[in-house]
Amino acid sequence: MTTVERQQWDVVVVGAGGAGLRAAIEARAQGARTAVICKSLFGKAHTVMAEGGIAASMGNVNDGDNWQVHFRDTMRGGKFLNQWRMAELHAQEAPDRVWELETWGALFDRTKDGRISQRNFGGHEYPRLAHVGDRTGLELIRTLQQKIVSLQQEDFKEHGDYEAGLKVFQECTVTRILKDDVDGKVAGVFSYERESGRFFVIEAPTVILATGGIGKSFKVTSNSWEYTGDGHALALLAGAPLMNMEFVQFHPTGMVWPPSVKGILVTESVRGDGGVLRNSEGKRFMFDYIPDVFKEKYAESEEEGDRWYEDPDRNRRPPELLPRDEVARAINSEVKAGRGSPHGGVFLDVSTRMPADVIRRRLPSMYHQFKELADVDITAEAMEVGPTCHYVMGGIAVESDTAAALGVPGLYAAGEVAGGMHGSNRLGGNSLSDLLVFGRRAGLHAAQYAASLAERPVIEETQIDLAAAEALRPFSAEGPDESLVDEGPVASGAKPAENPYTLHQELQQAMNDLVGIIRREEEMATALKKLAELRVRARRAGVEGHRQFNPGWHLALDMRNMLLVSECIARSALERTESRGGHTREDYPGMDRAWRRVNLLCNLADPTGGLAATDPVRGQIRLVRKETEPIRPDLLALFEKEELVKYLAEEELFE
Amino acid sequence: MSTAASTSYEAHFKVWRGDTDGGGLEDFTVEVNDGEVVLDIIHRLQATQAPDLAVRWNCKAGKCGSCSAEINGRPRLLCMTRMSTFSREETLTVTPLRAFPVVRDLVTDVGFNYTKAREVTSFVPPQGLGPGEYRMMQEDVDRSQEFRKCIECFLCQDTCHVVRDHEENKGAFAGPRFLMRVAELDMHPLDAAAEEGLDRKKTAQDEHGLGYCNITKCCTEVCPEHIKITDNALIPLKERAVDRKYDPLVWLGNKIRRRTES
Amino acid sequence: MRGAGRAAIAAPHLRTDRWWLQPAATAAGLLAFIVYSTWRAFANADYYAAPYVSPFYSPCLAENCEPMKGGPNWEIFGSWWGLSPALLILIFPLGFRLTCYYYRKAYYRGFWASPPACAVAEPHKKYSGETKFPLIFQNMHRYFFYAAVPVAGILTYDTVLAFRDEDYAWGHMGLGTLVFLVNIVLIWAYTLSCHSCRHIVGGKLKHFSKHPVRYRMWQWIGKLNARHMLLAWASLISVALADFYVYLVASGVFDDPRFF
Repeated sequence: MTTVERQQWDVVVVGAGGAGLRAAIEARAQGARTAVICKSLFGKAHTVMAEGGIAASMGNVNDGDNWQVHFRDTMRGGKFLNQWRMAELHAQEAPDRVWELETWGALFDRTKDGRISQRNFGGHEYPRLAHVGDRTGLELIRTLQQKIVSLQQEDFKEHGDYEAGLKVFQECTVTRILKDDVDGKVAGVFSYERESGRFFVIEAPTVILATGGIGKSFKVTSNSWEYTGDGHALALLAGAPLMNMEFVQFHPTGMVWPPSVKGILVTESVRGDGGVLRNSEGKRFMFDYIPDVFKEKYAESEEEGDRWYEDPDRNRRPPELLPRDEVARAINSEVKAGRGSPHGGVFLDVSTRMPADVIRRRLPSMYHQFKELADVDITAEAMEVGPTCHYVMGGIAVESDTAAALGVPGLYAAGEVAGGMHGSNRLGGNSLSDLLVFGRRAGLHAAQYAASLAERPVIEETQIDLAAAEALRPFSAEGPDESLVDEGPVASGAKPAENPYTLHQELQQAMNDLVGIIRREEEMATALKKLAELRVRARRAGVEGHRQFNPGWHLALDMRNMLLVSECIARSALERTESRGGHTREDYPGMDRAWRRVNLLCNLADPTGGLAATDPVRGQIRLVRKETEPIRPDLLALFEKEELVKYLAEEELFE
Repeated sequence: MSTAASTSYEAHFKVWRGDTDGGGLEDFTVEVNDGEVVLDIIHRLQATQAPDLAVRWNCKAGKCGSCSAEINGRPRLLCMTRMSTFSREETLTVTPLRAFPVVRDLVTDVGFNYTKAREVTSFVPPQGLGPGEYRMMQEDVDRSQEFRKCIECFLCQDTCHVVRDHEENKGAFAGPRFLMRVAELDMHPLDAAAEEGLDRKKTAQDEHGLGYCNITKCCTEVCPEHIKITDNALIPLKERAVDRKYDPLVWLGNKIRRRTES
Repeated sequence: MRGAGRAAIAAPHLRTDRWWLQPAATAAGLLAFIVYSTWRAFANADYYAAPYVSPFYSPCLAENCEPMKGGPNWEIFGSWWGLSPALLILIFPLGFRLTCYYYRKAYYRGFWASPPACAVAEPHKKYSGETKFPLIFQNMHRYFFYAAVPVAGILTYDTVLAFRDEDYAWGHMGLGTLVFLVNIVLIWAYTLSCHSCRHIVGGKLKHFSKHPVRYRMWQWIGKLNARHMLLAWASLISVALADFYVYLVASGVFDDPRFF
C-alpha cells in the first residue's frame, strides 16, 4: 500500500454548512488550528436552501418575546421529546448568535427603527424569524464564509499564509473516523479528494461532524445530493450511538413536477395567503381530514374558511392550515385513493383565489420558482404538490452543553446531524438557530478538549490501509473476472457488478414507499428485508473509469452510509409503537405518554466498526432504549398544568 | 408508444469529455422527458451510458450555483436550462466553463474565484457598536442586499472577456463578482473601512482592476439571479473611483499634501 | 481563448444563435448616424428656418452664423472662425455620448469586437480595458455630463422659440414645434438618465436615510437609468430627425405645416 499523505490539525470539521462553519470559526477563535472538509465547493452547502429565517427571541417586533417563550414553543413543537437542556440553551443563545452575524457583515431585513425585522412562522407565538427576503440561508452561509475569509486574511497578515490557522478542504469526502487503537480516542479522519481521487489523512484529536441530513435515502426530498447521512454513519462506525432516528419530517407541499425539481419546497405561506388544496375531482378534501382534537379550531365549511382570511377573530381557520403532519397525511391518502393529480400529487391553487397581480406581489419567489423551473404560471393554473422528505430530527446522541458525542472522546456533532434538540418535530426557523448555537458550542468545546490533551492520539498504519481498501473496493467489485469478460458471464464465473445508480434508486423507492410518512409494521419489516438485500448487492457495486472526479465511485461509497442510516430509521420506526411528531404509525395512531421518556439509540451491531461480517438478515444495527432525564422543575413551571398532562406520564408530574 | 411519443423523445447531445491532457466533444443520443432540464439529461447519461461523466451540481434549484457550464456556447446553470427551450431536432453542445482550467469533463477548477475572494478586505465592523446595537435603515441596506443575492455560480467570471480571452489579466483583475463585492462593502451603511484607513473606492481601481472592465455587460446578461451587476455595482463603483482619482480638486489636494509630507 | 489548462476546445465560440446580429445592427445604426451628422455638421447650410434652428447648430457661437431672432447665437468666437459653427458646439454632446456608459458598450462591441458578443472570443491579442491612455479618459464622463446640461437647456430654449411663427409672432405651433418637443423630452430623459447623473444626485451617498430628498431623486433617476439604452437610441434618432426636419424646411423641400 502506498503511503497516504498525513497532515496535522487540532480540530477537523466535517461539513461546511451553517453548523460546520460556525464551529470552525469558534475553534479558530479559541486558537485551535482548524481544518474544514466538505463535499461541495466552499459556500454551496445545503444551508443555502433555507428560506424562512432564523428563530431568535430578540423581541424586535413584539417585545413580549423572550427565551422562555421560545423554549416553550420549541418543546411543544417537539411534543416534549426534545432534550430539554438543548432547547433551553438554544432559546437562550439564539439572539446573540444572530446579532453576532451582523458584526460579520450580514444584512438582514430591517424594521422601521432600523433593527432586525422578524416574521411570524408556524408554531412560534411571536414574530421571531430574522430573515432576508426568502434567502436567509444564503445570507447565513455567505456571512460565515466571509467571516472565515476575514480570519484567513488576519492569518495572512501575521504568518504570510492564508491557511495557517484555518483551511477549507473543499470537494473532499471523509469515509472513516480514525481512532487511537489504545484508548479509543478520536485521532483523525480518512478522506479522499473528489477531484483527483487521492487519499489523505488528517491527524487531529477532535472531529466535529456537521454533515446535515439523510434526505437522499428517500425518493422525494427537498434535500441535495450531499445529504447521504455521512456524519450519522461515520459516528456509528466510530462507535457513537444515533438517537430517535424514526423522526423524519415530511413537508406537505413539495413540487412533484417536473421531475428535475421533484421535492423542492413550496412555502407554507402559499396556504397562509389563501391557497387551497384540491383533488382531481376538484374537491377541497382537507375538510374531510380534520381530526377530532382540532374540530373546534378549524372551519367546517368552505365559506367559513374563506371568511377567516379577512376576519380571523370571528371565523375559524381553513383546514389547509392544519399542522404539517396532518396535511401531509391527507395528501398521501388522496393520492393513494386514486384522486391525485396527473403527476402523483394534489392541486394547490391560488389562481382562482386571488387576482394575478396580488399573487405576484405576495408570492414573488413562488411565482418565479414555478415559472422558471416548471414553466407553470401559478396565476393561471394550479400547482401540483405532494409531501417531500425535508429534515431528520434524529441524529447523533450528544451531551447537551458540549455537543460531544456519547461514548467517543474527541467526537462532536452539531446541526441536523445531531439529535435531540428538536424532539419529534422541528419548528420552522429553529434549524438555522440550532446551527449557530450548537455549531459554536461544538467548536468551543472541541478546541478546549484538543488543548487539554497532553499528547496527540496516534493513528496506526493498518487503520489507514483498511480504510483505503474499503474505499477502493468498488473498483474491484466482486464482479466478473476481467480477463474472461469476453467469454460471457458464465465463463467469468460471477454475477455482474451492480450499478450504484440502480441500487440508489431502489433504496430511495423502498424508503419512500415503506418507511415514508405513514408507517405500518408489515411494510417496515419488508423494508428491512429489502435493505438486507440491497446491502448484499451493494458489496458488489462496481464502477468504471478511474478515481478522478468519478461520480459513480462517489455514489458507491455513499451507499454504505445511506444503507446504515436507512436501517436505523426503519428499525427505530418499527420499534416505536406510537405516533408522535414526524413519526406516524397507522397501526398505533395515538401519542403514548409512556413513550415520551423513551429515546431509541441505534448502535452498530459489530462494535469494532467492521461491516464485512454482518449478518444480512439480522442487520447492522442494534437498538437500545434509554430513558430521558426529567425536565428541570423551573422549566416545567413555564407550562400550564393542563398542558403538561397531555404529554407527561403521571409519575413525572408528581416529581 | 403513441402516448409516450408526445412527452418523450431522443435528443442529440455533444458533451465535452476529457481533462487537462486533452479531450473532445462526444456524441450521445439520450431520452428526454417532458419537463426536464439539461442537468437531468446529464444525470441520465451518467446513470445509463457514462457512469464516470464528471459534473458538479448540488441543489438543483438554481440556489447554490454549482452546476455552471456552457450550453451551445453560452454560460448557463445546467439545472435552470429547460429542455423545452430547445427544438427537438437541435443538437445540444455542453462544455465546461471555458475561462477556467478544466479538471475533468464538465468540472473546472474555479480556484481563481476563491483566490480573488481573499483579496477583498472583509467587512470592517464599526468601533463602539456591540452586537445587537447595529441600526440600519432598509433603504440603506437595499443596494448591498441586491448584491448579496449572488449565488457565486461564477458565470459572470467565466463570461467576462477580460479574463476569458486574456489569461494574462487574471492577476490584475478581480472579475465582476468580486468588484461587486467591493461595491457591496463600500455601500454597506456601517462598514468602517474608511475609518481604518482603507479606501475601497481607490482599491477597486488600484488593486482589483476596475479599469479593465469596459462595461460590455456580459456579466449582467448571464446572471441567473438577475442582479444588475453593471448598472448597480460596477458603474457606481467606477463613479466612486472617479470621485477619488479624477476629481481635479481632490487630486490637487492630494498632490499638495504629499509634497508637504515629503 | 487559450489559457493554462483550459478545456481543449479550438472554436472561438460554440454559440448557435445569431449572436452577430446585435453588434452588426448597433454598428450599422451608429455608422449611419456618424455619416449623416458629419455631412450635416460640415455642411454649414440649411440649418435655420425661422423659427427653427437645427439642434446641431445651437447655440451658434461664431460670426458666420445665420441671424436668428432671439435665438442662441452669441458671437463668442468672433469672425476668425471660418468653418461650420456646428463644430464648435457639437464637441460637447459628442463627448457626452462618446463617454456614455451605454455607448461605450455599444461601440466596444459593435466596432471594436471587444467582445463582439458574450462568450464569443475577441480578436485582439492584448487587452487593457480602460486602464491606459486614451481610454482612461472615459472617466471624464461626468464633466461632459456637466456640459450636456446647459446644452440641453439651450435646446429647451430653442423649443420655446419654436412656439413662434416664421415672422417671430408668439403663440403659434407647427409640425416642427412638435418634432422639437419630442426631441427635447428625449434629450432631457437621456441626459438625466446618465449613470454619472445618478451617482451625483444620490448614488455617492452611503446613507440614503439621512438624505430623503436626494434618495427620492436617485430612485427616480434610477428608473430612467434602467432605460438608458433605449433613451440613447431614441434621442439619437430624434436629434437627427429634428435636424433633418429643419434641413427639409430650410432647403425648401416643403413648408412647415402650421397648426395655429
